[in-house]
Amino acid sequence: MNMTRLTASTVLAASLFGATLARADEITVVSWGGAYTKSQVEAYQKPWMEKTGNKVNSVDADNPATPIKAQVEAGNVSIDVADVEYSDAVRFCDEGLIVPIDPATLPAAPDGTAAEEDFIKGALTDCAVASIVWSTVYAYDKSKFPDAPPKTMADFFDTKKFPGKRGLRKAAKANLEMALMADGVPADKVYEELNTPEGVDRAFKKLDTIKSDIVWWEAGAQPPQLLADGEVAMTTAYNGRIFNAAIEENKPFEIVWDGQILDFDLFVIPKGAPHEELAKDFIAFATDTQRLADQAKWIAYGPARKSSADLVGKFQDGKTDMAPHMPTAPDHMDNALVNDFEFWADHDTELNERFNAWLAS
Amino acid sequence: MTDAAIEIPRYQLTAADGTPLKLAMARATRRARLRAFALVLPLLVFVVVTFAVPIGQMLYRSVHNDQFSAHMPNLVAFFAADETKGVPGEEGFAALAKDLDLSREERSIGEVGTRINYEIAGTRSLFTSAGRKASKLEPPYKEAILALDKQWGDPELWNVMRRASSPHTLSFYLAALDLQYDKSGAIVSAPEDRRIYVPLFIRTLWLSGLIAGLCLLLGFPVAHLLATLPLRYSNLLMIFVLLPFWTSLLVRTTSWMVLLQSQGVVNDILVSLGIVGESGRIQMMYNEAGTIIAMTHILLPFMILPLYSVMKTIPPRYYRAALSLGATPWTAFWKVYFPQTVPGIGAGVLLVFILAIGYYITPALVGGASGQLISNLIAFHMQKSLNWSLAAALATLLLAGVILLYWLYDRLVGIDNMKLG
Amino acid sequence: MSVLKLPPYASPLEKAWRVTYLVICAAILLFLIAPILIVIPLSFNAEPYFTFTRKMLSFDPAGYSMRWYDQILTFGMAAPGAPRNASWWLDVWENAKWVEAAQNSVIIGVSATLLATVLGTTAALGLSRPDMPFRRAIMGLLISPMIVPLIITATGLFFFYSETGLAHTYLGIIMAHATLGIPFVIITVTATLVGFDHSLTRAAANLGAPPPLIFFKVILPLILPGVISGALFAFVTSFDEVVVVLFVAGYDQQTLPRQMWNGIREQISPTILAVATILVIFSVALLATVELLRRRSERLRGLSPG
Repeated sequence: MNMTRLTASTVLAASLFGATLARADEITVVSWGGAYTKSQVEAYQKPWMEKTGNKVNSVDADNPATPIKAQVEAGNVSIDVADVEYSDAVRFCDEGLIVPIDPATLPAAPDGTAAEEDFIKGALTDCAVASIVWSTVYAYDKSKFPDAPPKTMADFFDTKKFPGKRGLRKAAKANLEMALMADGVPADKVYEELNTPEGVDRAFKKLDTIKSDIVWWEAGAQPPQLLADGEVAMTTAYNGRIFNAAIEENKPFEIVWDGQILDFDLFVIPKGAPHEELAKDFIAFATDTQRLADQAKWIAYGPARKSSADLVGKFQDGKTDMAPHMPTAPDHMDNALVNDFEFWADHDTELNERFNAWLAS
Repeated sequence: MTDAAIEIPRYQLTAADGTPLKLAMARATRRARLRAFALVLPLLVFVVVTFAVPIGQMLYRSVHNDQFSAHMPNLVAFFAADETKGVPGEEGFAALAKDLDLSREERSIGEVGTRINYEIAGTRSLFTSAGRKASKLEPPYKEAILALDKQWGDPELWNVMRRASSPHTLSFYLAALDLQYDKSGAIVSAPEDRRIYVPLFIRTLWLSGLIAGLCLLLGFPVAHLLATLPLRYSNLLMIFVLLPFWTSLLVRTTSWMVLLQSQGVVNDILVSLGIVGESGRIQMMYNEAGTIIAMTHILLPFMILPLYSVMKTIPPRYYRAALSLGATPWTAFWKVYFPQTVPGIGAGVLLVFILAIGYYITPALVGGASGQLISNLIAFHMQKSLNWSLAAALATLLLAGVILLYWLYDRLVGIDNMKLG
Repeated sequence: MSVLKLPPYASPLEKAWRVTYLVICAAILLFLIAPILIVIPLSFNAEPYFTFTRKMLSFDPAGYSMRWYDQILTFGMAAPGAPRNASWWLDVWENAKWVEAAQNSVIIGVSATLLATVLGTTAALGLSRPDMPFRRAIMGLLISPMIVPLIITATGLFFFYSETGLAHTYLGIIMAHATLGIPFVIITVTATLVGFDHSLTRAAANLGAPPPLIFFKVILPLILPGVISGALFAFVTSFDEVVVVLFVAGYDQQTLPRQMWNGIREQISPTILAVATILVIFSVALLATVELLRRRSERLRGLSPG
């Protein structure tokens, strides 16, 4: 008892008067928290710690990309590995905020296919390695539409046939693409269309048709809550959250995969990370075929390697097959859109300003 | 000062030690000023060192941005030497080619592109894709670069690059005020469908004012009750004020959603009492009403506590004296009690108003389409778009605006004018 | 309650107004407390949503559970499945993320409050003197930490602390939170000092009291409500602050609100409600104890209960 107090006060004193000196064999990994961090701890961190004897300090942030720019610019980096969204990964790489990762250092697939071939197209960038594929989909409450459930993106925008409020994220991204797909633009033509002023007008016009029925959400945790409360009949959401609600909590929610927008979460290493080599070792370990497949046991996001797909097993409940719940499952890909980073890097500010002006009008 | 040396005319008033009273008074005043200043000094030093200087450096980014100029040295030199506007000749393109290659090597091409993209949307990829091919460019550069993309022949692009070649810029303030440079370089309004910052400034101030007013309306009676009840009751009632106060913002915001949404507790109660029908559920959440209710609740303790602590120091005998001198209860309250509470009102309104301007998470979660406020966009530009210069410009305008309001407010109800009696 | 009664000579109009006034106050207090009360039953929800389920409304025990309270203890533990003996609880104390966060929040909150209150009260004494030079300009500067958007402050402070080695230290966060709390102390204490009768301090000085004695024996007792309000504001500011902590804190200095906001992209579970409920119970107990002690000391001093 006295001993604990003594150590506690020494630690406190040490950290009061100087940064706690992390031991050389500890790395700090920042991720999104909640069930997502848990899946990473179980699938990546624990096995890595067991294998190497090193320690992982897992930190949660509501967006792990947020502190990176400040840390690198200030030359005071404490993060070794961060889990970020695609747009941030590419932008940070272009701006020299994160270090390049050579794909040749990543392990090959079990059948010997090189990592560069094995990862899904777009999952490897110069500086980042994707772990999962997640998607923005829309989901509905089955009990609200017992006879003729919605099937396509157009149904989401059809409040006559499918009455009820709609939940949408309060941002331009994803909404504009979905509006165009609902208006009949096929997935592979969406960004082409959105690159023209007429295309943008067309997207906003489509959004206008349901504007008065929209409940806007801000955080990814909100859509399942909105559905569970009956506040909305349908809502856009991240697929993993809807899966959890439907499978783990037996909610009558159903995902419509038509017009889903795929995105990656990637591991990056900030420039000046205190343990760059260890961080690279961790990333290589975490993104090997088996580890990526293991993560699906804990959360319904798809592995970024093709070779992992066959290894995806059952959910942690031991009875649900995960493969058909992956955004990358073959029959979900018919009309799927992959988020175009370049487009959003170019037009993010402009379209968000327009979106905000539209919201207020 | 020794008194013996000074000859004092008889008619002059002197202090006990013989110095002229005027001098002694002046010295005493100076000493009092010094003493007052000495009390403030430790905090002043603390705030200047740990706040004003670092934040000043941050806000300086609103006029200083070297994302372009630091990485494009050849173009900067070219622009300095050549005054002609618009698309340059071979020399300019050669400088561009050299810089593109350089910034690709340094991996700074993203920053360069981003800086120009702030002013011409869609040009970031122009830079990054040109950067990828820069090492293969051969003279004549003008032709080679124009062959990559025709947009490189756009005079407006070159004008923007010329402006960005100086790290000092006003473009972020212009953007923050919904203004922009037109093709000829004159300052004009931004297109109507992109004018958002000025309306948001106005809405933020209006909403904060409204919430401060509501808090005063609700806080005054409660503070008065707490201040006039005997301690044994008021201390228990104080729990009602303090509990919501320590409860996390996130918890309280969530709680209001549970209460107010159309399938929420309040609507359920109204329906079960038969006050509204099942189809007539009132929409109190995800709109402006939701924002106002939740924000008022969150900020109410910030009104009640200052009011309470001022009211607590008001002796009840003044009010009683007024009554016994024949004033009606209303007159006694309005003419005698109320003026003494003004410092508390002043402090409470100030706190609530300023805090309301900064609380953006609650409106974002409960406010639906109307939940977007200026602090929201500052956070967006700091965290998402990483346009720190624009965020700094917006924050500086906000700070300047609020300080100005504070100054006016202090003049109107300020401490100097609140001398009692 | 006899105190709420008016004297017998009060007119019917006064009586009616008195009743209306009390009803209004009760309604406002209900408005204040309702969202807190609603949190308590919801924290026992068996489902991971913020909804009163049908089972809960019909008081079916299956609709209620302690799972979110359990999660507070087990989340982050090395061996949550071990038998719950002394070493299990030691594991909770040392490893559970919520427990660690609560410890950090208390250390940081209390220290920042002390710093802000001492500096702020001293400065308010100076600022409220009529002879204070540049009063408005200095006030403007001192309250600006409240005005500058937090995200800007957090980033700016991170740069500053990185240069001075304060980033990722407790001292850094404490100083940052103290800076944020100072405007509250200044504003409330200055407001209380406006009505302060300065002849009291002059009288004390005349009677030979040294300035510290004057402060503690004359000034402080009179402005105490303001000082306490300011300190409460400063504490709450620190206790509910997430942005500065995100930037300035190291991985082992996470606080309660950070722990609450984490994972908002994926799921916010009723764990946050369980934490809030515990805090509510804790603070009610604390406030009740303080009140009981106050009454006891009044009795001991032979005063009539106030």
